Amino acid sequence: MENIIEIKNADLHYNDFKALKNINMNIPKHEITALIGPSGCGKSTLLKSINRMNDLVEGCKIEGEFLLEGKNIYQDYDVNILRKEVGMVFQKPNPFPMSVYDNVAYGPRTHGIRKKKDLDDIVEDALNKAAIWEELKDRLKKSALGLSGGQQQRLCIARALAVKPKVLLMDEPTSALDPISTLKIEELAEELKKEYTIANVTHNMKQAARISDTTAFFLLGEMIECNQTTEIFSHPRNNKTEEYITGRFG
Amino acid sequence: MGRKRNGEKRFTFSVFLKGIVHIAAGITCLMIAFILGYILIMGIPNLKPDLFAWEYNTDNVSLTPALINTVIMTVVSLAIAIPIGIFSAIFLVEYAKRGNRFVKVIRVTTETLAGIPSIVYGLFGMLFFVTAMGWRLSILAGAFTLAIMVLPIIMRTTEEALLAVPDSFREGSFGLGAGKLRTVFIVILPSAVPGILSGIVLAMGRIVGETAALIYTAGTVANIPGSDGLFSSGRTLAVHLYVLIGEGLYTKQAYATAVVLIVIVIGMNALSGVIARRCQWKTS
Repeated sequence: MENIIEIKNADLHYNDFKALKNINMNIPKHEITALIGPSGCGKSTLLKSINRMNDLVEGCKIEGEFLLEGKNIYQDYDVNILRKEVGMVFQKPNPFPMSVYDNVAYGPRTHGIRKKKDLDDIVEDALNKAAIWEELKDRLKKSALGLSGGQQQRLCIARALAVKPKVLLMDEPTSALDPISTLKIEELAEELKKEYTIANVTHNMKQAARISDTTAFFLLGEMIECNQTTEIFSHPRNNKTEEYITGRFG
Repeated sequence: MGRKRNGEKRFTFSVFLKGIVHIAAGITCLMIAFILGYILIMGIPNLKPDLFAWEYNTDNVSLTPALINTVIMTVVSLAIAIPIGIFSAIFLVEYAKRGNRFVKVIRVTTETLAGIPSIVYGLFGMLFFVTAMGWRLSILAGAFTLAIMVLPIIMRTTEEALLAVPDSFREGSFGLGAGKLRTVFIVILPSAVPGILSGIVLAMGRIVGETAALIYTAGTVANIPGSDGLFSSGRTLAVHLYVLIGEGLYTKQAYATAVVLIVIVIGMNALSGVIARRCQWKTS
């Protein structure tokens, strides 16, 4: 399986605190990779390093190599182009305070698409892919803040898809949602992996087991184990992994 | 026994405190009601059509020119203060690194500016704009002086409005590959508009009600600007009121003018309240 993202010897400091210690991992194309581990283990930090959201954090220093399709994320990419290639869905749904349409069109407009016809097509396509077109096609001009939490999160996924990313980073995308909305997002993720690559940070072990192909377990800034999901959940190699997935800590 | 007395003491004390709180609130309301009532009662019977004549003369002491000057003064001052205030707030909140020393200096500066008595602004305006710049007593000199005076209000309210915009909007926008400029102007600023507007209305209230900073900068000519445009002297409504009272001959008309001024200021405060409420409604 081809790896779209490769991370080599990555260290990350927040001022004096070492948040990531010598991480080596790959994210295979057209798969869902789950990053699991207890709070503060560095999984979200690693995710944010992939589209350079950590640039916004003061005192954050990153060493090692992050490669997207073989090119160095921190050297060979303009940060705005990188974030177009690597989209992100956040923990709490964060639609902008504008209409549904403008939310989805925000990304494409940012990257220079102005023609109404093109934008219309992109918006419809993105909403379709996020499985929310049917629900929203009659209220495209209404404020996105009036949607339910689950709809908002799928809108945010549509917004991320509208710039045609290659990789979609999801930072606990269902932690603020009810079980039914969670299920919809999970189904959506499985559908989306045909076209995109997904990295999903989750606290929900069952979610990792249900939807991911590969799972990486993190503890205190280190990657303890990374393997096929079926393998990790049935025959964990490391004691710590086993203890965590069986619920003995975390 | 001692314990019981202690309890009684505490009880009387709390009744006493409660009484004081109620009395204080009552006094405040009464004072406002009294001032408003007094001015309205003294002023409304004197609201004669003469007072709204187009041209001012010593017979009619018309307030129309002053009203027009007030509008001009407000527009020009705000035209200067709004862009500077909003852009510096954007710089402070969005561009400067948090905890930057320069930012602290700017904050202290604006707080100090906000605490300076307005007559001191008047003195500065007179020395700098009127004399040094050679603008003479003029609406322009007055407007610049007032712009400096209301700048802190606009800056602070804009800053607070920007800070109230959740960081998740910024993350969302950056996450889509948008730059800082686009994020600030397309996502952040529109969300902050209601808060900024209420600050602007507050600043308008200050401008409309100001006298001390204007007497020695914009002068007291009681007519609308002539051929000199913004370089001609002109009195605003508040200054007009000040002059009327000072002359001692037009006390009745002064009351009537005060009614007009008060109505304008109350209207603006109400407007600011409405905007602030809509702002809360929008973000919740």
